[in-house]
Amino acid sequence: MDGRHKAGHDVGGIASRRRAAMTGFVLRRLLAVVGILWAMSVLIFGIVHILPGNVAYSILGEYATPASIAALEARLGLNDPLATQYWRWLTAMLQGDLGQSLTMDRPAGPVIFDALGRSAILAGISFVLVVLLGIGGGVYAATHKDQASDRALALGQFLFIAVPDFFWAILAILLFASWLHWLPATGYERIGQVGVMGWLAHLILPVVVLSLGLTAHVSRLTRSVMLETLESRYVLAAYAKGLPRRLVLRRHALRNALPPTITILAIDAGILIGGIVVVETVFAYPGLGRLLVFAIERRDLPLLQAGMMVLTAIYAVANLLADLSYALLNPRIRYGRSAA
Amino acid sequence: MSGAVLARRRWASPLWVGGLVVAAIAVLAVIGPWITPYDPTAFAVRVRFVPPSLAHPFGTDEFGRDVFSRVLAGAHYSLAIGFGAMAISVAAGVPLGLLAAFSRGIVEAAIMRAVDLLISLPPILLGLLILAVTPPNLWKTILAVGLVYIPILTRLTRSVALGLLEEDFVEAARARGEGGVSILAREILPNAWPAIIVESGLRVTFAILLGSSLSFLGLGPQPPSSEWGLMIAESRQFIDQAPWIGLAPGLCLCALLVAVNLFGEGLREQLDPQLRGRGDG
Repeated sequence: MDGRHKAGHDVGGIASRRRAAMTGFVLRRLLAVVGILWAMSVLIFGIVHILPGNVAYSILGEYATPASIAALEARLGLNDPLATQYWRWLTAMLQGDLGQSLTMDRPAGPVIFDALGRSAILAGISFVLVVLLGIGGGVYAATHKDQASDRALALGQFLFIAVPDFFWAILAILLFASWLHWLPATGYERIGQVGVMGWLAHLILPVVVLSLGLTAHVSRLTRSVMLETLESRYVLAAYAKGLPRRLVLRRHALRNALPPTITILAIDAGILIGGIVVVETVFAYPGLGRLLVFAIERRDLPLLQAGMMVLTAIYAVANLLADLSYALLNPRIRYGRSAA
Repeated sequence: MSGAVLARRRWASPLWVGGLVVAAIAVLAVIGPWITPYDPTAFAVRVRFVPPSLAHPFGTDEFGRDVFSRVLAGAHYSLAIGFGAMAISVAAGVPLGLLAAFSRGIVEAAIMRAVDLLISLPPILLGLLILAVTPPNLWKTILAVGLVYIPILTRLTRSVALGLLEEDFVEAARARGEGGVSILAREILPNAWPAIIVESGLRVTFAILLGSSLSFLGLGPQPPSSEWGLMIAESRQFIDQAPWIGLAPGLCLCALLVAVNLFGEGLREQLDPQLRGRGDG
């Protein structure tokens, strides 16, 4: 908590050493991400190819003839040794070639990045909503501790965390689409075709359903961290100095409550990705999550592998960003390996 | 506080309320398949889409199957997935965590790197990956969900055990000449259990959530079984016409999740003072 105050006592040399430590930290984390992605590629490739079940058979289904299986195996290079196949897949991927989707007979890359763009819209808006409402709600609940509004928020949080998002989605469709006819139940329209309002109308329900659980999670955590800092001595001291309440909350309490919140947001990025798969499926929203489910249903293994790699990479980068911002906000982490 | 007040408080606590509801659902899940008023898989074309009534408390679905019977017959799936997956992750995660804490060196490094790796994969992807390649069924769903929580329990067990290894009573046991196994069984495990139970109690909710999400996506028990997530997924196309087909299993799932969550929170309340007293906050 006192890192900021110590900064005032810096003498020459410490600042540059600190910068070097930060650079080292960033480099180490980047290296870890590369390592994770490589291990992931082995894992994904391994599970798809080594698990019982012939790849060509699982693509063609139960009515496959031996001849058609042999033809497909030759086309996909499935008769080469596994190491050769893995190497071919990995090097192609490193050159930006994500493989060929079997069901669509198109390169998987453009298909995936198209869908990814639409998922990013959904996830981006949801994430902003989660950050604003989650932290805002948590601070509000902490400053209104044990009042009726705090209790109501706690009950809401409990329900939002415990009830599955696909059931919220069903309820939302039932209420806002089937009964009230306010919003479209499913689908996605391009902004050029239906205008901003039509585009937004298709986004509202998925965004809200995707944000519910995470907002509850974040606000619950923010509340408990805020309560802790509000009872700390430096907050008391700030009040004793006669600082106005707003300033104490923002400068002293919230600032110290943020690092743990950011860690939670990184964990929630994973839950968000999981949520996206489900929410996109319920709302028939053509994003990466639905594409993955499609690839599974159609046994489009190249598309599945590529989509999983892309999603894993995004998740790893989200975790990296969270680590870095945590280190930036919490000076104690920066000094070498003490965090480990 | 008088004894009567204390007793009343204990009865109204989340642990008891949640525990009772979970126990009731568990009993229904076990005897459910035998007490269904109708055959949960029998088609009856004359009574399709009947709204809830005395004869059919939750209505009937698109094949005329009694939704109440189906909900009853499917109650065991969510419980099996939630508690089965937790059992798997405890059975694998706790020994791995203890091994990591005890061995240090290369074994610890290997275990912890594997844990880092598994944690860096978004939970649902791990499930998707396993269930995508081979035909899904209940056991694979349990395994996939269990696998997701192994690294979390490994990390927790290791950190608790590392903390305990520094304690004076472990030092004393060593001085008495107790061996590694004896220290593990008599000093570490009894003191590590509360933290492990609390963590797994809270994770059961998420295991049930993840399992029902996978089923909802078609990666769990297959039709005609009446897993609740699957029932909700199948009901989607009739949502305008017959909302009860999805609402009935959905509300039951919510009741189960709320109860399990209450139970987990109650467990934590009961066991936490002990944890705090030991100083690992």
